[in-house]
Amino acid sequence: MTQPFRISGAGRLSPARTARFTFDGASYQGLEGDTLASALLANGVHLTGRSYKYHRPRGILSAGSEEPNALVSIERDATRRAPNVRATVQELYDGLVAGSQNRWPSLKWDIGEVNNLGSPFFSAGFYYKTFMWPKAAWTKLYEPFIRNAAGLGVAPDQPDPDHYASRHAHCDVLVIGAGAAGLVAALSAAKAGASVVICDEQAEAGGALRHESGARIGGRDGWAWAQDTAAELAAMDNVRVLTRTTAFGYHAQNFVALAERVTDHLAAPGHTMPRERLWQVRARRVVIAAGAIERHMVFADNDRPGIMLASAARIYLNHYGVAVGRKIGVYTASDSAYGAAIDLHKAGVAIAAIVDTRDDPSGPLVEEAKALGIKVLAGHGVTRVGGRLRVSSMSVRPNGGGTPRHVAIDALITSAGWTPSVHMFSQSRGKVRWDEATKRFLPGTYAQDCACVGACNGTDDLADAVSEAIAAGAKAAKEAGAKGRGAAKISVDASESWTGGMLGSAEGAGPGSTVKAFIDFQNDVTAKDIRQAVHEGMHSIEHVKRFTTNGMATDQGKLSNLHGLAIAAEVLDRPIPQVGLTTFRQPFTPVTFGTIVNHGRGGLFDVTRRTPIHDWAAENGAEFEDVGNWKRAWYFPRAGEDMHAAVNRECRTVRDVAGIFDASTLGKIEVVGPDAAAFLNLIYTNPFLKLGVGRLRYGVMCREDGFIYDDGVVGRIAEDRFHVTTTTGGAPRVLNHMEDYLQTEFPHMKVWLTSTSEQWAVIAVQGPKAREIIAPLVEGVDLDNESFPHMSVRECTVCGGIPARLFRMSFTGEAGYEINVPADYGRAVWEAVWALGEPMGMCAYGTETMHVLRAEKGYIIVGQDTDGTVTPHDAGLSWAVGKNKTDFVGMRGLMRPDLVAEGRKQLVGLKTRDGRTVLEEGAQIVADPKARVPMPMIGHVTSSYWSDNCGGPIALALVKDGQKRMGETLYVPMPDGVIEVEVTGMVFFDDKGERING
Amino acid sequence: MADTMKRAHPLEGRGLGNAAVTLKPAAPASRISLRAGTDAVAALSKALGVDLPSRPKTTASKGARTAIWLGPDEWLVIDAGGGDLAGACAKAKVLYSAVDISHRNTAIEVSGPGAAATLNAGCPLDLSDAVFPAGAGARTLLGKAEIVLWRAGADIWHVECWRSFSPYVFALLEAGARDAAA
Repeated sequence: MTQPFRISGAGRLSPARTARFTFDGASYQGLEGDTLASALLANGVHLTGRSYKYHRPRGILSAGSEEPNALVSIERDATRRAPNVRATVQELYDGLVAGSQNRWPSLKWDIGEVNNLGSPFFSAGFYYKTFMWPKAAWTKLYEPFIRNAAGLGVAPDQPDPDHYASRHAHCDVLVIGAGAAGLVAALSAAKAGASVVICDEQAEAGGALRHESGARIGGRDGWAWAQDTAAELAAMDNVRVLTRTTAFGYHAQNFVALAERVTDHLAAPGHTMPRERLWQVRARRVVIAAGAIERHMVFADNDRPGIMLASAARIYLNHYGVAVGRKIGVYTASDSAYGAAIDLHKAGVAIAAIVDTRDDPSGPLVEEAKALGIKVLAGHGVTRVGGRLRVSSMSVRPNGGGTPRHVAIDALITSAGWTPSVHMFSQSRGKVRWDEATKRFLPGTYAQDCACVGACNGTDDLADAVSEAIAAGAKAAKEAGAKGRGAAKISVDASESWTGGMLGSAEGAGPGSTVKAFIDFQNDVTAKDIRQAVHEGMHSIEHVKRFTTNGMATDQGKLSNLHGLAIAAEVLDRPIPQVGLTTFRQPFTPVTFGTIVNHGRGGLFDVTRRTPIHDWAAENGAEFEDVGNWKRAWYFPRAGEDMHAAVNRECRTVRDVAGIFDASTLGKIEVVGPDAAAFLNLIYTNPFLKLGVGRLRYGVMCREDGFIYDDGVVGRIAEDRFHVTTTTGGAPRVLNHMEDYLQTEFPHMKVWLTSTSEQWAVIAVQGPKAREIIAPLVEGVDLDNESFPHMSVRECTVCGGIPARLFRMSFTGEAGYEINVPADYGRAVWEAVWALGEPMGMCAYGTETMHVLRAEKGYIIVGQDTDGTVTPHDAGLSWAVGKNKTDFVGMRGLMRPDLVAEGRKQLVGLKTRDGRTVLEEGAQIVADPKARVPMPMIGHVTSSYWSDNCGGPIALALVKDGQKRMGETLYVPMPDGVIEVEVTGMVFFDDKGERING
Repeated sequence: MADTMKRAHPLEGRGLGNAAVTLKPAAPASRISLRAGTDAVAALSKALGVDLPSRPKTTASKGARTAIWLGPDEWLVIDAGGGDLAGACAKAKVLYSAVDISHRNTAIEVSGPGAAATLNAGCPLDLSDAVFPAGAGARTLLGKAEIVLWRAGADIWHVECWRSFSPYVFALLEAGARDAAA
């Protein structure tokens, strides 16, 4: 037999349905329905990993998601390697390939185990104490060491080929956990007419009924009842049952995030299936039925492979038909371990002894164990164990001392009682309360519309839990507004009841002992570490946690919390509730990045916006640059041209002939209403009341503080209708800014704002031949300078009836037009202009040429030449501030003493003295290059280009008192030398501005 | 005439159909963003031939025209027949703003039994029959894009978005549609 620890007739798996797998290269056989852990145990494999810090050999501790030890990597293929998968959660599939982690060269012989010998050195707070000094050692020694030691498992180094899905869902009642209490609550709510989502992290519903052989519900075995009930729920129209789905984050207003594992259990997942699916559930009411987690006993070397939770051993037996050993010791402070011992005994597994720390344990399970002839050593403790890679014996002695006896065993199952799983309740911001009678934290004050039922609420008896769940389900449904009249009726015929449990260190691991009695296996935290932390002054549990790393990482206090707390409280001599409880953080169990990102990767990572003319530009060889979410044509290189050559050619062509430019990304806002002019008069620094219909005006917009916020050209289409343009990046915030003022400061105004950025494709045609090029296409507008001068706008048609808004305006200093047409016609009109212009020598130009041409004319770009501290006066735009206006946004700000004081940085032009060197944008400017470092800096370069039209480099800069420094020589110190510059005006080309009216 | 000029749909050639859902770009339509105070609603309703809805998440349709409530003073009015909506509004002698957004917006039709699940890949709204019945409409989100969602029929959903967002919206719906059929 290939699975020597599989017990014939035990468990719920079908022996005929086998599945092959490998672990660290060795081949094994398991059964369908196994987890990797149960399949390994069926083959007698306990040693599955090495601990994080000390590299101690570790085995399988649990049978659930709380597993701290059995972390393995699962490799489907070269690109699908998942590290840190809990073997207790990973379902077996045929062909599964798993490997152990944190060991070299092999799991059985790991060189890192030397850390275990040096453990006094690696004790609590090791990092804080060791990596202090000398400072120089940080980069060379400490950081490489820490980086090498940090982390567990190997992260995949290739892009994840799987895809992940996302679903938003709403329901009346979300039930977290599909154990007995959760199933009943869901059924109760569903019968009352509520829409219900019930989720459970396991592959099948049933929860603790998986191992509790003593439960009978509705006349059936508990497990059978659970499967029937889950099927009944799944068949209801108003219920969604999600198995393999972990509720991992409980957010505000009953917003709960679930991670559904769709394909990790399949041998050959279909390509269309997502690996995982994120559910974002908004529930009117939540019922938490998260159950309880068994604690381990804290004693010397309690981490040896073969030592595991009693409930886990019982699950492996009753569900998977696997015995975790042939001669098993039991160490407990709770009755529940007796249940495991009894089931194992009945299955023919020898129980060496039940060691119970309690002096006088009693109860039905205790009696039954004794009646079956199982040896019970009450008032005893396990003080030592033998075996390194696998437990081989236990030393048992009476509490308080005495002669130890050695008992040969091959597995030791322990229970220190059960910790109600208050994680989700705590995540919901509910406050837990300490229940002194049962020594546990239970849900106390609720913060959201939820209810805890069953074991997580401290309701231990199955019949009580069922009644509680029926009531909670019905109440939740009613509160959610369900109007159904149905009710759930469920009878509990038999159940197990447990008492007992202990917190903190057991016999032989108490104060003064130096043994390694682990509390947090994953972080290698021992009882001694907690005591040491307290002795070193960590009196708050939050400090103890951080000093020792107890309960950190994926454990999140599942196993370690109460033990750590109890030990700290003992040393501090304070009651546990006064020591406090650390926060249970999200996620409840680890969630893949894939699930969190889900569809949002590749092309769906963010929106990529393209203009209607984009494809033409791409077909014509354009290089693109990102401007916000937009792709904008940057320049149009021809064969053999680099960027510099292409931009020089484009710049010359626009000034010599004409150029065509896609300005569609400009923000556009239609401002409509009888008060539109008055509103714009307040929003802009410029006067707008007298702007005539059909005329344009360049406008500057400030914030209340007087600094430039945006600029653009505004056209008056009708008395009560304006076409406002904004910078490309400023479009959304300008609309918000306007809407904000309209709603809060000027609510009396009859004005409405509508974004039209994407309604219009904008085709700019600029240059001496622009008029000649577009004239044949424009219908109904006389384009001569008298009828349609610079800064005019007309509504007209182009290209045979396409409605258009034709702007005569320029951002190049040349005579120019911007043809606005409905976006779907953008490309057709562009091509019509191209057909006429290209034979005349017109070129297409991109944003780089646009930048150079505007800089030649000293036109600013908000956000490049301004930075949120520049006023219109600083930018040389005093002419755009209405002198006679009584109010506008920013008017008071501009009167602040600092804004009118001498010494402000002002925008000026710069020319390099050598006539060759193009300055770096952002370079600092100084008055005296021989000044001591750090030199007093008086400004910086904001824009800088090579200008072929000017025959040299040009730049704009913000310089202290710049406008008074015309002609002065300043200096730009760079790593390879100091560059001499001359302060000039901002206009470098056609300073009389004649061409614009050409 | 403009008819001879090619009108380029931003989702030219796109489409998807599987067992659960069909995605297709909607035909061009005329649209306005209509803004008006409560006192102008009656006159504008008469002029447009459709009663402007006054409650959140509602729409009103008559013939080819649909008005979707977007805010207390804001509607998206769509004429699938391409009718002149701004011209129609002009008959109402009241204060309002009608701005042509026929080309700013484009639309995608999502239909089939898996349509709601497809939309819920990126749309956080409750799209159940009880909360979002046929005829409901809302301005909402699909992933990172703003959309206007209108449930035109039991299994027919109309998704409006801005032109340059439409490839993103369509691709996200494709991803949702694949999962809805998985």
